Amino acid sequence: MRPQGLVAAAIVLGVPAAMAQTFGSRTHFTEQGGAAIYAGVCAACHMPNGLGASGAGSYPSLAHDARLAAAAYPIGVVVQGQRAMPSFAETLSDQQIAEVITYVRTHFGNAYADGVTPAQVGAARSSR
Amino acid sequence: MTDARATAPRRRDLLSLIGAAAGGSAMYLAMTALGHAQASDYAGPIQLAGRPAKASVLILGAGIAGLVAAHELRRAGYEVQVLEYNDRVGGRTWTIRGGDSYTELGGARQNCAFDAGLYVNPGPWRIPYHHRALLDYCKRLGVPLEPFIQVNHNAYLHARNAFGGRPQRYRAVQADFNGMISELLAKAVKADKLDQLVSKEDTEILLDALQDWGALDDDFAYRAGPYASEHRGWAKPPGGGLSAQPIDSTPLNPRDLLTSRLWRGLGVALDYDYQTTLFQPVGGMDRIAQAFAREVGDLVTLRAKVTAIRQDDAGVSVVWQDTQSQAVQQTRADWCLCTIPLSILSQIEMNVGAPMAAAIDSVPYAAAVKIGLQFRRRFWESDEAIYGGITYTDLPISVIGYPATGYFSAGPGVLLGAYAFGPYAYEFTAMDPAARIEKALEFGAQIHPQYRREFQSGVAVAWHRVPSNLGCFGLWTEAARAEHYKNLCAIDGRIVLAGEHASYIPAWQEGAVLSSLDAITRLHERVMKS
Repeated sequence: MRPQGLVAAAIVLGVPAAMAQTFGSRTHFTEQGGAAIYAGVCAACHMPNGLGASGAGSYPSLAHDARLAAAAYPIGVVVQGQRAMPSFAETLSDQQIAEVITYVRTHFGNAYADGVTPAQVGAARSSR
Repeated sequence: MTDARATAPRRRDLLSLIGAAAGGSAMYLAMTALGHAQASDYAGPIQLAGRPAKASVLILGAGIAGLVAAHELRRAGYEVQVLEYNDRVGGRTWTIRGGDSYTELGGARQNCAFDAGLYVNPGPWRIPYHHRALLDYCKRLGVPLEPFIQVNHNAYLHARNAFGGRPQRYRAVQADFNGMISELLAKAVKADKLDQLVSKEDTEILLDALQDWGALDDDFAYRAGPYASEHRGWAKPPGGGLSAQPIDSTPLNPRDLLTSRLWRGLGVALDYDYQTTLFQPVGGMDRIAQAFAREVGDLVTLRAKVTAIRQDDAGVSVVWQDTQSQAVQQTRADWCLCTIPLSILSQIEMNVGAPMAAAIDSVPYAAAVKIGLQFRRRFWESDEAIYGGITYTDLPISVIGYPATGYFSAGPGVLLGAYAFGPYAYEFTAMDPAARIEKALEFGAQIHPQYRREFQSGVAVAWHRVPSNLGCFGLWTEAARAEHYKNLCAIDGRIVLAGEHASYIPAWQEGAVLSSLDAITRLHERVMKS
């Protein structure tokens, strides 16, 4: 819960709105809302269009992705990390993780209508 | 390679404070107790005794680990081949110069427009004096080295919300922090607060030491005056002739200094990795890779993308694709030394046992971004008297690194305009290269207002978008090391791994060298027994 607490503190202390988005903190992400979180964080590897990329190895495409059908899978990947992908449990709040997974599951050709809640993320976090 | 292994900023802050308050030996003891200081255990050039009976080794990856292994195994009598994904050797030991072009994942292509002789090292950029294995290879292979300036007392420490955003000279922050701590401690001593800890006889010595170290005056106060100025500098320095008399400077307000957290920047130089002397190859870090290439370049096949590694009782077959012709090929050898980063290897089909497979899957990769910026004049030298060294800031760029070469030249110079880790690095990575450079200029101009007027061109490397790497370096946790590290390093059948990820010196070239020497020593023992 630490990241959420710090975000709240930053807002209370009057950090400008622009700063509360990208480049808001050296310890956690301050982007708010699924689109901003995706663009500021996930797009680094999965690319702005969600298609991933390939070099000596690959970043998987998230487009038309049947693995996203059950929300538990992407929640688990983001909370725990997977192979070289780091965990984002310390750098994104439950709310942010819920928002960005909901965003990915409803964009890039995905249409999974059941929104992810912070409580679902919290449950995955506590079972880490 | 890192100032900020993204782990545990709190521990680092604690270490900074211990170091700044208690001096190097206390810092070192604390670091050892916390498992931080890792000495290079290099014992001199490797001796692979005995000639192997016609044995072959296929090395995957021509970074430092692979190049060291190729060099030593051929000398020991092995048949050696090396496969490398990139169109150059060196791996993360890499230098970008004017005329180079670089295409990152996602397709953005950068054509470096730096002037002749100017460069940026996107990967490692400094070599501590105690990285003895790497330095020994530099010596043996004839790589000229020059000092890398880590600490510059005239560079800056900067925080957005401290002192109105005005950068402070390192010298002044150090003097004022030491002075503040010394004055506090002297007051405690004089009020007999420490009489349980310090004997009466030692009290006088301690007060002498505090006065000396903290530049305290005759009343054991740290304040504007000749003593403080000797440490922090003058408002008007001593000169010659009629108007030579110096004017003292005024120390920063102690509480402002404490809450500014600028003292964090003092802690870096106390860290074993950053203690002087440090070195850099003259002309760029890739001079090391080029020196190895002179020895073993004939063994290396470039543009080879490994897609499968299959071992059997008799040897190892590696399937790879020529990234130009797309032709799929297979190479076979008796043994395989694999230095492919785990971020890539964890995606490659490979029949190793469950322990090594689990280890390969257990290491996330750190984000890091470096941005080189060329300016038409070296204003940091001519305007601000900063010759090499590093400014530390809490802005997302984290550092401004001044070139430790080419001093006093009139022409353009290249700064390291950003070296970002953690969340900031992801955020830089998610931008296209031009936007990263623009952001680096925006942040850097808060420290050097000359930026906008003097900027000419830049190059931005985000390690998660480097096609051969998909990340900067392996981020081991202590728990993951306890469970997986030995399984990662142990020989599995006919395969052994090496690289910075198979070392306790992550992200540093020395880790790659020592890992490689250890792996080929064990491999050679295995071969000689079989």
